[in-house]
Amino acid sequence: MIIAEQKPLDEILAAIGDAKKILVLGCGACVTICFAGGAKEVGILASQIRIASSKAGKDVEVTEDTIERQCENEFFDRVKEKAAEADVVLSIACGVGVQTIIEVFPEKIVFAGLNTTFYGRPKEPGLFTEYCEGCGSCILNATGGICPIARCSKSLLNGPCGGSENGKCEVDPLNIECAWHLIHERLKSIGRLDLMEQVSPPKDWSTSSSGGVRRIVREDLREVKL
Amino acid sequence: MKSNSNLEKILESGKFAVTSELGPPKGPDVSAIEKKAAFLKGNVDAVNLTDNQTAIVRLSSIASAHILIELGLEPVMQMVCRDRNRIAMQSDLFGACALGVRNMLCLSGDHQCFGNHPTAKSVYDIDSIQLIATVKKMRDDGKVICGDDIEGAFEMFIGAAENPFADPFETRVPRLAKKVAAGVDFIQTQCIYDMNRFKEWMRGVRERGLDKKVHILAGLAPLKSAGMANYMNKKVAGVSVPEDIINRMKGVPKEQQAEEGIKICLEQIEEIKQIEGVHGVHIMAIEWEHKVREIVERAGLLPRPAA
Repeated sequence: MIIAEQKPLDEILAAIGDAKKILVLGCGACVTICFAGGAKEVGILASQIRIASSKAGKDVEVTEDTIERQCENEFFDRVKEKAAEADVVLSIACGVGVQTIIEVFPEKIVFAGLNTTFYGRPKEPGLFTEYCEGCGSCILNATGGICPIARCSKSLLNGPCGGSENGKCEVDPLNIECAWHLIHERLKSIGRLDLMEQVSPPKDWSTSSSGGVRRIVREDLREVKL
Repeated sequence: MKSNSNLEKILESGKFAVTSELGPPKGPDVSAIEKKAAFLKGNVDAVNLTDNQTAIVRLSSIASAHILIELGLEPVMQMVCRDRNRIAMQSDLFGACALGVRNMLCLSGDHQCFGNHPTAKSVYDIDSIQLIATVKKMRDDGKVICGDDIEGAFEMFIGAAENPFADPFETRVPRLAKKVAAGVDFIQTQCIYDMNRFKEWMRGVRERGLDKKVHILAGLAPLKSAGMANYMNKKVAGVSVPEDIINRMKGVPKEQQAEEGIKICLEQIEEIKQIEGVHGVHIMAIEWEHKVREIVERAGLLPRPAA
């Protein structure tokens, strides 16, 4: 899922500036699961804005809501009126959600309350780690199911490099596991160490953001042919 | 003086500058550069060395620039943001300066999908405007981006491109203003065919007083044929060739089209000389370097001034 974290409150307050009516809008999908932008966080952030505004002597009305998913148009119907009444919508969904609001409510000023960080998962309670960077051509079948694009600090395809020590990465030995150490251990356990000796050629990055803005067309799902 | 380059001296003394361009070979074939350089020597004030233009792997612009210096020409080293991060770019700028390069052009670079390695990862760590500010900081403050001091004097005359013909048109003067604010010294424009639009852009440039802060060289790419006119119009993003020019090229027999293209270019130079705020021309004779002398001579721009 998409992992995000809340921006510093000061940055959020600076963005909303002198807006009088603010709708804080959460999202029930990924950011709820990573405790960054669900109903609970909407409530906390709305309270923080109210407190900061009253401290600053500002008369601000903050409304709250959380929709099922901010990345799909249909879920916005329910908050149409609330959005219409607000001067600004402060979205605490991922970057996709923020941009969807601009398209659904083009007359609204919209601000982002989160920093969208990576594709990952909650590995332990309170610990979210990166597993995928959406490069568009998955190599997991050749690496024992561990992605070196996202999890090796150098995104090496023929690792490990000389900076691997005791299973850790030199970039941050306390917190980053060496992906190629993990790959080696994994391939060993499944009897495929031969894969470690296969020379990986330069990757085709045209499927990643390097190839330009991406899209997927599924003709079987389209109502109107392109 | 910021760089003591020939180009800087000519522009600063108020003379009308002439620059041209040389595309390095697809390999270490020095003779290819020597051949093209011979056509340009003495006929222009400085020569741009393209940096893997259209994202096709070529002899590096730094090495090519150095070869040009050895041949007695002054280079404008182009540098694109597509292939290197800020560490490599600043390092290469040190290298270029150490090798005697004193003019450079800061560019975003053509996307790699247009070149011969479309599967390459793009870098774009910094963009062209950030690159301008980086070079200015290196030169004027003696510091690299992070603030560390540079050992030795870093001298460079900072150039950039601007395209008055891309959309949206209203952003084109503000974007130049942004480059000026970042510290650019001279601009070479995208090749001009639509003179009306260029003049309209220059009006906007003068209204904001930008022509007093930056030297603008008008970009010209002489047409070799009606086919080229069509190609430039349809295939090159951000370039438009007006119908009357296409028709004029089509209107003459094939064997006379090259001469017609040169005539159009000469007429453009005459028109450009009259535009307030334009301080020179940049002639991009693409794989047509041997025609540059003729164009410059017939335009009455020879001999080139000694700086």
